[in-house]
Amino acid sequence: MKELRLMKGNEALAEAAIRAGTDAYFGYPITPQSEIIEYLMHENPYERTGMVVLQAESEVAAINMVYGAAACGKRTMTSSSSPGISLKQEGLSYIAGAELPCIVVNIVRGGPGLGTIQPSQSDYFQAVKGGGHGDYKLIVLAPATVQETVDFVKLGYELAFKYRNTVMILSDGIIGQMMEKVELFEQMPRENKDYEWATVGKKPGKDSVIVTSLYLKSEDQEKLNFRLQAKYREIEKAEVRFETIMTEDAEYLFTAFGSCARITRKAMEMARAKGIKVGLVRPISLYPFPVKIFEELAPKVKGILTVEMNAGQMVEDVRLAVNGKTKVEHYGRFGGIIPSPEEILNALEQKIIGG
Amino acid sequence: MTEEIIIAGFGGQGVLSMGQILCYSGVMQNKEVSWMPSYGPEMRGGTANCTAIISDELISSPVLNRFDTAIVLNQPSMDKFEDAVKPGGLLIYEKNGITRTPKRKDINICAIEAYDASVKMNNTKVFNMIVIGGFLKIKPILDLENVIKGLKKVLPERYHNLIPLNEEAIKKGMDIITYENKL
Amino acid sequence: MSENLIKPENLVYKKTNVLTDKVMHYCPGCGHGTAHRMLAEVIDELGIQEQTIGVAPVGCSVLAYYYFDVDMQEAAHGRATAVATGIKRVFPEKYVFTYQGDGDLAAIGTAETIHACNRGENILIVFINNGIYGMTGGQMAPTTLPGMKSSTSPRGRDVATMGNPLKITEIIATLPGSYYVTRQSVHTPGNARKAKRALKKAMEYQKENKGTCLVEIVSNCPSGWKMTPVESNKWMEENMFPFYPLGDIKVPQ
Repeated sequence: MKELRLMKGNEALAEAAIRAGTDAYFGYPITPQSEIIEYLMHENPYERTGMVVLQAESEVAAINMVYGAAACGKRTMTSSSSPGISLKQEGLSYIAGAELPCIVVNIVRGGPGLGTIQPSQSDYFQAVKGGGHGDYKLIVLAPATVQETVDFVKLGYELAFKYRNTVMILSDGIIGQMMEKVELFEQMPRENKDYEWATVGKKPGKDSVIVTSLYLKSEDQEKLNFRLQAKYREIEKAEVRFETIMTEDAEYLFTAFGSCARITRKAMEMARAKGIKVGLVRPISLYPFPVKIFEELAPKVKGILTVEMNAGQMVEDVRLAVNGKTKVEHYGRFGGIIPSPEEILNALEQKIIGG
Repeated sequence: MTEEIIIAGFGGQGVLSMGQILCYSGVMQNKEVSWMPSYGPEMRGGTANCTAIISDELISSPVLNRFDTAIVLNQPSMDKFEDAVKPGGLLIYEKNGITRTPKRKDINICAIEAYDASVKMNNTKVFNMIVIGGFLKIKPILDLENVIKGLKKVLPERYHNLIPLNEEAIKKGMDIITYENKL
Repeated sequence: MSENLIKPENLVYKKTNVLTDKVMHYCPGCGHGTAHRMLAEVIDELGIQEQTIGVAPVGCSVLAYYYFDVDMQEAAHGRATAVATGIKRVFPEKYVFTYQGDGDLAAIGTAETIHACNRGENILIVFINNGIYGMTGGQMAPTTLPGMKSSTSPRGRDVATMGNPLKITEIIATLPGSYYVTRQSVHTPGNARKAKRALKKAMEYQKENKGTCLVEIVSNCPSGWKMTPVESNKWMEENMFPFYPLGDIKVPQ
């Protein structure tokens, strides 16, 4: 029986974590995502499924606890918001180098620095371009609804273990704090699997397992990088996710992700009501970026407006994909300011139609 | 039907839970719903507001700055949201604590003395249910039975004995709300 | 002659199975090799090789996972106890140890160390204190003695500007989560045997879920100290031991 509930995004995510059979969650409080660890502590999932929940002394410690548990082959998760995610970058780079699966949730707030606790999308670059040191990628999923937040936890583990890669759920305070109807999936069992790459205790007659990101010989380090890059090409082929809305007859396109795509959709509805033929492309996987749909649609439209709650980050990937085939402009508000549908429509008229 | 509502007042007036009750009731009536609070330091003692959307259609933006209905429960909220009501929309305000009455002529304006009514009912906690009742009188988008079902979802079981009192409060609100400007 | 020597009845020393055959990269005379062997023998004698997961640090013992024949993880600099926490929490029945130097444990990893001990994580922390950053070429460590020369304190550690050496083991002993805290050395056969006994006790306490056990091993660094191995051991006895006295600091009540 699927279960319909009205839930806050952050709480729904925490419930989904329990139901997805998470073995361990390590976190540190930070607004606007503290409800995640609060919900988990309140639910006492150790009683429900044996899931471990631990409040670490810092985000740095939390991500390294994730490293330790993930290297044991366990379904492991952490969550934070922008300043905390910056602290986790060291760990994320090590996790990438050691090729460990995990889910990291970023409920983005405005920056730089301590910034604001209001919603923002200014961590796009950090999420999709690597973030820490070295050549690596996170699979980045951007939910636009509470339902997607829940679904991406389940999908996140599938992808994380399929590719032995970090999956980042990139959301913000709008999706995290809002309540919507959500259909919860049934409780999944915690997996109790011994992966051959995981430290579970040395098997008799077999070599001991070493989880490391250290390759002192350059040749070995290059080999690891070749393997990682091959994996990323694989991900780029198989894991692109996006949504198109009213693009069939569109003369113009909006593109936006996450919460901002919801607001932009409202602007699209208002534009359509005025007779402007505009569609919306919503990238769901930000890495891998849905390049092809832009290649396909760019020659058919007179211009694309990228709407983001940042100073212009995804617009760079849109421009790379469009490759000059049509005009691409950016409209953004930042520092925690949420653009209104009216001003987005206005930006379309000014920057794309009029411009 | 799509009803985009902003509810604003002081923290402690039950602003956030009013929005939640409307949304739970919407779920009971098979509507699409979305509830978005203001959050952060302003919630601690200052003004609080939430956006509640109830619709037959898929809801696009959960964040809006134009509303079909604004329910304002203090002066700062009146100052902030009177202009955010769409032309032809509805503004409901609680008279207690309002020093400047609304000026607009292109919207429906209703007043409700919910605080006084709650005092008369010997329970100021039902204040927000009286306001909800007033709103549903003017905009009957949800059936009372579904609101009661919604309440049962929001309230922990141990408070279910208070549901008749809440129902009474909703009906009270329906009785006492008055038009100050009717288009 | 040699054929006679390798007969089983003539066996007086055998490398423990818990050490691999990899040639260690440690400098001649360094205490790491002995410390490794003591810990490996303990794992062997307790019969827990298949239940043990180790965490290597960043520092000279960064490659410890090549020498211990148990499943191991390499942690980021200073994060070994956080990594070990992650392992132990999902595998409470396994034996988990970290092996860390002074820079790793008492400088960059101080927060992780203190908090893991304060939570009483059921892990063994092996702390090698040689008062210097060996791997990066002899820089000043949190445990470098006052006046002691290093490449970043070439005129000797000036405590007025560079701070004092940190006795982190004594700090950890004050935490309610720590159960057994001791300071040992491995520079003589007698001391090595004592250190081994301490490591064994710590592993046994782990089985009983008693809390965090920390075994500090004050060690030498002939290369970093720029001394011969013999000189370095003598210098250690004369200078390190007065500041870092050997013996139990916290024992079970």
